[in-house]
Amino acid sequence: MHEWALAEAVISTALNVAKKEGLQRITEIKIVLGELQQIDGEIFRFALTEVMQPQRAMLEGAQINIQEEKASLRCKNCGREWHPKEATDELGEEAAEAIHFVPEVAHVHLRCPKCGSADFEVAGGRGVWIESISGESR
Amino acid sequence: MRIDPRVAVIGKRLRGVRRIIAVSGSKGGIGKSSVATLLALTLHRLGYQAGLLDLDFASPSTHLILGVGGLLPKEDKGIIPPTVHGIKYLSITFYSGDSPLPLRGGDVSNAMIELLTITRWGTLDFLVVDMPPGLGDATLDAIRLIPRVEFLLITNPSRLVAEAVRRAAVMLQELKIPILGVVENMKRDEAQSAEQLQTVLRVPYLGAIRYDDRFEDALGNAQKLVESDFGRDLEEIVLLAKAFAAPSRGRGRSRAIPATQGTVGGADLSVG
Repeated sequence: MHEWALAEAVISTALNVAKKEGLQRITEIKIVLGELQQIDGEIFRFALTEVMQPQRAMLEGAQINIQEEKASLRCKNCGREWHPKEATDELGEEAAEAIHFVPEVAHVHLRCPKCGSADFEVAGGRGVWIESISGESR
Repeated sequence: MRIDPRVAVIGKRLRGVRRIIAVSGSKGGIGKSSVATLLALTLHRLGYQAGLLDLDFASPSTHLILGVGGLLPKEDKGIIPPTVHGIKYLSITFYSGDSPLPLRGGDVSNAMIELLTITRWGTLDFLVVDMPPGLGDATLDAIRLIPRVEFLLITNPSRLVAEAVRRAAVMLQELKIPILGVVENMKRDEAQSAEQLQTVLRVPYLGAIRYDDRFEDALGNAQKLVESDFGRDLEEIVLLAKAFAAPSRGRGRSRAIPATQGTVGGADLSVG
C-alpha cells in the first residue's frame, strides 16, 4: 500500500503548483509511472481518488491521466543501454518488492548484460512523476 | 515539465517529529553510527520517544550495533518503521540486505528522497539520523530536504579528524544550519583533546566518550551497549547538554530531561 504515499505526494504537489500558478481549479494531472518501480496502477488510481476527496473544490472533475514509461538502464562502464529483463528473466519476489519500495536497490540485483557492471544509471522509467498539470486560472 | 512529486510530502511525514538530529562527521570510522545508535537508545531510556534512521547507504551498520536482522516495516499508506529496543528504526538494509549497494550521487539522493517520502514516523520527540561521512549528496540533501535538521558533529582526538570536522562546521555555519555541538569519541588521555574546537569554531564541545576496549564485545546487545563505558559517557553528555532538551508537547518550551528515568533497565529494550 505504499502507492498511497506516492498518490498523496502527487496530489500535494499538484495543489502546491496550482496555488503557485494561481489556478482556480485543476482540470487534468498527467502522471507517469516508471516500470522499474512496479507501481500497481489500480491501487495507485484508487489511492489518488481517495486522497483527492477532501480537495473537491480544487480537483472536482479533474482528469487523471496515467501513462507508463519503460525502464531503461544505462551502463556507466561500457555505455550499453538495456532493459532489466535483459539482465534477468525474473527477479525473485523479495528483490522485486525491495525495488518497488526503493528502486535504487536495483543496483543490488541487476548487472549490465554486456560487461557485468553494477555501475549503471536509470535512464528512464524509474518511479512516479508529474508530466503536466492543467487548470483554469482565476 | 516533469515534476518530482515526492519532495512535497517530506515535511508532512516529519511533522510529528519534534527534533531531528543528524549525527555527522567528515571521516569514516570515528563512531558516528555508534553515537547515533546509542543516542537514540539513550533518549528512549530517558523517557523520550526516539527514532533512528540510517542514511549511510554505502556502509550501513546501525543494524549490527542494534543486533537486528530480517526486519521489514509494516505497510500502511506508506511504511511504518518497526520498533526495535523501544526506538522506531529504519535502515536501507531492510531492502538491500547484506549486499553491497553501489550508488552514485543521484541515486543516493533518489533513495533518500524515496525513504523520506514513504516513511510514516508518527509522533517522536527525537529522530536521530546516522549520516554517511563527508559533505556529499546525503549531507547536502539532508540540509535541503529535512526540515528543522540540526547537526551533531563527531570527532576524535586526531587533528586530522578535527580539521575535517572544522570544515564541516564552517559549511554548516555558512548555511545557517544549527549545530548542537561536537562530541569527541575515542578519547584516550587528557593531553589529546578536540576541546579546542570549541574556541576555534564557536561550536559547543559537549563532552568526550572515552576509548572503550569492551565496546566491540557489546555490539549487537543493546543492554550491554547502554551499560558500557561508551553508553554511560554518552548518557552523561546527553544529561548535561541543554542541546538535548526537547520542547514540551504542544507548548514549544523546553523541558528538563527526566533524569529519574535514566536508570539502566528503566525502559524496555526489547525488540517489538
